[in-house]
Amino acid sequence: MLQLTMAYFQNNMESFLLAVRQHMWISLLSLLAACVIGIPCGYAATRYARGEKWITGFFQILRIIPSLAVLILLIPIMGTGIKPAMTALVLLAVPPILMNTVVGLKEVPDFMLETARGIGMTERQVLWKVKFPLALPMIFTGVKTAMVEIIASATLAAKIGAGGLGGLIFTGLGLNRTDLLLIGGISVAVLSLTAALLLDVLSGLIMRYKKAEK
Amino acid sequence: MTSANPAIIFQNVCKKFENSRTNAVDHVDVTIQEGEFITILGSSGCGKTTLLKMVNRLYEPDEGKILLFGEDISTVDAVKVRRRIGYVIQQVGLFPHMTIGENVAVVPKLLKWKKEKIDARVKELLTLVGLEPEEYENRYPSQLSGGQQQRVGLARALAIDPKIMLLDEPFGAIDAINRLNLQDELLRIHGGLGKTFLFVTHDIHEAFKMGDRVIIMNEGEICQFDTPRHIAAHPANDFVEMLIRSAREQEQIFFDACQ
Ligand SMILES: Nc1ncnc2c1ncn2[C@@H]1O[C@H](COP(=O)(O)OP(=O)(O)OP(=O)(O)O)[C@@H](O)[C@H]1O
Ligand SMILES: [Mg+2]
Repeated sequence: MLQLTMAYFQNNMESFLLAVRQHMWISLLSLLAACVIGIPCGYAATRYARGEKWITGFFQILRIIPSLAVLILLIPIMGTGIKPAMTALVLLAVPPILMNTVVGLKEVPDFMLETARGIGMTERQVLWKVKFPLALPMIFTGVKTAMVEIIASATLAAKIGAGGLGGLIFTGLGLNRTDLLLIGGISVAVLSLTAALLLDVLSGLIMRYKKAEK
Repeated sequence: MTSANPAIIFQNVCKKFENSRTNAVDHVDVTIQEGEFITILGSSGCGKTTLLKMVNRLYEPDEGKILLFGEDISTVDAVKVRRRIGYVIQQVGLFPHMTIGENVAVVPKLLKWKKEKIDARVKELLTLVGLEPEEYENRYPSQLSGGQQQRVGLARALAIDPKIMLLDEPFGAIDAINRLNLQDELLRIHGGLGKTFLFVTHDIHEAFKMGDRVIIMNEGEICQFDTPRHIAAHPANDFVEMLIRSAREQEQIFFDACQ
């Protein structure tokens, strides 16, 4: 087993690294896109009472559909390759980010906002200097959940030719090669853990006051 | 001490909340001179906070109007009104994601003061409220005691040197000894700055000690507005009389215990 693994790395180092890079890029871009969609939509949902049910409902339904089904449904529309794969991942990642944005913004206590207004902030300043910063820990949690889901699900992207570590796993399945399965699986897990760790470090840097509370 | 220059005038001010049948603030007519230290005394729910919040337009009166230095505030942009007024809220309300220094600097930053000027002002204010700047400036609110947080709240409200200060039970969560100290400090600050203070409390001793004049409120109405001495000598109605009697009784209990 170990020998097989060693042999794989000796012969395929380059394609392995390529797969890792592809996996990382697909995940990162999807996550960024999901943030760009999820956070403003979350804000809009809290802003316009009638919009909230509509927006959150829509994404909740999307969440129920398995990513694989989304992928397959997208093929007739977008064909194969990286585009439909990323679309599926974004759709998967938006709900946790959006929901957490809604909860985070709603959880900011009224007296905090009233204080901000009371000392003379404009509505825009209240939003940027108080509301969003106080909702940020919750939003960050959503981003983290989304990221873990993306990295895991990006494995499926290989199925429609988007590349990434999924390729290894599917090859392993097809050829019945446990070594490839293990290498692929463990790499995805390591990637996921590393990314989670990086996000933690980042949130620690941005929200230093949280550490002070402990 | 008081010039004949009205700082705040309430003209027949009423405020009724939607889901309530009675007025939270009922026909208030009061003139406050510049430089006065006014305390507002009344039991819980009598409308003290509501009255205060109408001064900086967090609430709008349903009837009547409020003038600051002769100007009807409903005709002025709310943000502008608020930036002329220092506001200490009942729940302290420091921003948890900002350091003590940043909290005090919030409004000067909004007004785009120069950095050196802000830094100097923060140090000056923290010292004024009895907090060593080097020690506290870089801490977060969660790392301060309740009393220290209330001092920071006071410093933040004083930051841009407003002529009018609204203080809503600023010493609510402070023990008796520290409370006395803070009261003295606040009187010292008031004396040195020549500002008009509107100070809410439900502690009669605090109200009578601090106020040049005391507003006594009950169920949204003002029962009496006079100097502590006058109120004690001539209570305007049964409610005020009861208030004073209860304070005397409390003192009596303490007095007896010491015998
Ligand atoms: N936002 C609001 N909506 C509806 N009713 C309110 C609101 N704020 C206050 N009230 C009601 O108005 C009345 C006066 O409230 P206010 O907060 O002014 O009392 P207070 O004198 O400050 O009391 P406390 O000493 O407990 O702070 C109360 O009956 C309260 O329930
Ligand atoms: Mg109150």
